[in-house]
Amino acid sequence: MSIAAKANALWEYANPRKFLATSERVLPFFWITSLACICVGLIWGFFFTPDDYKQGSTVKIIYLHVPAALMAINCWLMMLVTSLVWLVRRHHVSALAARAAAPIGIVMTMIALLTGAIWGQPMWGTWWAWDPRLTSFLILFLFYLGYVALWEAIEDPDTAADLTSVLCLVGSVFAILSRYAVNFWNQGLHQGASVMRAAAVTGADTEEKVSNVFFYPLLICIIGFVLLFIALVLYRTGTEIRARRIKALMARERVGG
Amino acid sequence: MIPDLGKYADSVLSSYAVSVGLLVVLVAYSVIRGRKMRRDMEKIEQRMSRNG
Amino acid sequence: MIALLLRDLKLAFRAGGGFGLGLAFFLIVTVMVPFAVGPQSSLLSTIAPGVLWLGALLACLLSLDRLLALDWEDGSLDLLATAPLPLESVVTIKALAHWLTTGLPLVLAAPFLGVLLNLPVPGFFWLVMSLLIGTPAMSVIGTFGAALTVGLKRGGLLLSLLVLPLYVPTLIFGAEVARRGATAMEVQTPLLMLAGITAATIALLPFASAAVLRINLR
Repeated sequence: MSIAAKANALWEYANPRKFLATSERVLPFFWITSLACICVGLIWGFFFTPDDYKQGSTVKIIYLHVPAALMAINCWLMMLVTSLVWLVRRHHVSALAARAAAPIGIVMTMIALLTGAIWGQPMWGTWWAWDPRLTSFLILFLFYLGYVALWEAIEDPDTAADLTSVLCLVGSVFAILSRYAVNFWNQGLHQGASVMRAAAVTGADTEEKVSNVFFYPLLICIIGFVLLFIALVLYRTGTEIRARRIKALMARERVGG
Repeated sequence: MIPDLGKYADSVLSSYAVSVGLLVVLVAYSVIRGRKMRRDMEKIEQRMSRNG
Repeated sequence: MIALLLRDLKLAFRAGGGFGLGLAFFLIVTVMVPFAVGPQSSLLSTIAPGVLWLGALLACLLSLDRLLALDWEDGSLDLLATAPLPLESVVTIKALAHWLTTGLPLVLAAPFLGVLLNLPVPGFFWLVMSLLIGTPAMSVIGTFGAALTVGLKRGGLLLSLLVLPLYVPTLIFGAEVARRGATAMEVQTPLLMLAGITAATIALLPFASAAVLRINLR
């Protein structure tokens, strides 16, 4: 199959019926593998990895904190892509997928923030610090809230899809801007930020510092979270498609009956 | 079997509890809403096919 | 275009328009701050730039839901959409009118309120400069938010929720300029960033606002 034909085949899933049928077929696979990966990763991480020499047992929080934080960002990226697809090609499934993904993003951001706070308490001596990364996640959380609230507020599904898509595009630009602004702002506030960052074992810092002992279970957890995200998005998109169809059928019934 | 978590046991356990709890709530909510929508749609489609 | 601007300004100054509301809010917030944090003048002069910026931002936010709502209700927005003037210009004019009636008065009032908060002398110039550069961005971003929520019955809270995260970069850089100015530090970097954000939002965001407004008027 040529690339163009493959691309065409991909667009076929924009048909709601085709999407429902296919997602129904592949969903069990994603549910089971995600559950397996998360279970294996967490159990491996929780029971069979040593304590970090500096952080003690709190290093075990990494198996939840990092995957959740990754998915919180990737979820927004996915919403950005599906919003663009909706605006350009007007596929309803795409808009509904963005809608279905947003609450998952909220939960992932909440997990990242909460585990971060619980982790920060013994490590930094505070639940919350206005560290650039923490602040950016808080802002991302606000963006998610606004996005979901806008979906909920608008009655007409097509208008809602259009408006939230534009909000997602504009919001992405401002989210990136905020990220840089926050970096600048904290460095401007106190020079000690670099000390804090070294203590904050998150994201990219981790892979350099943490040995393979921690890395493999973390990788499995990340894979598990990605699979769980895919499963949830597919399932919830199916729900949104049905909800929309119910709405349309009821409207037809009222007119006809 | 439970490993010795030392003085940070509260932190580790509570963060696992919070995260797993949130994930379970998310999945449960999604599944409950999904089942409801599926039921409603079948009901309406049956009604429509009977009437129309 | 000028006729539209004059009409908007006239409407704002008339009773029921938003003029003065933001200004009064700004005044009240600033006067209340010393009651809340205590009267020590050293503390007040430290937080003065941030408080004034936050007050201006909230005052701006307060007046946003009137920005398009009145025109939406009496149908003049539909007329404007079918007028020969492109909707992008209409939106820009609306933002300009909002800035003239809300942003500019805030900028002019800020130095007097700065006296109340014991703002250090070198800070006055940079406070006014930063607000002068930053408030247009707040009006333009606010217009986008107002266009998003224009058709909704209870859009006010949603509008704040949508617009506040968008204000973050402006607030950070603007308050940074004012703060650095007050402590006689170098202000060039945040000032350039603030100006850049304002220029970019004025140049680009009206297109998004107009697109959103078209969707809402469909």
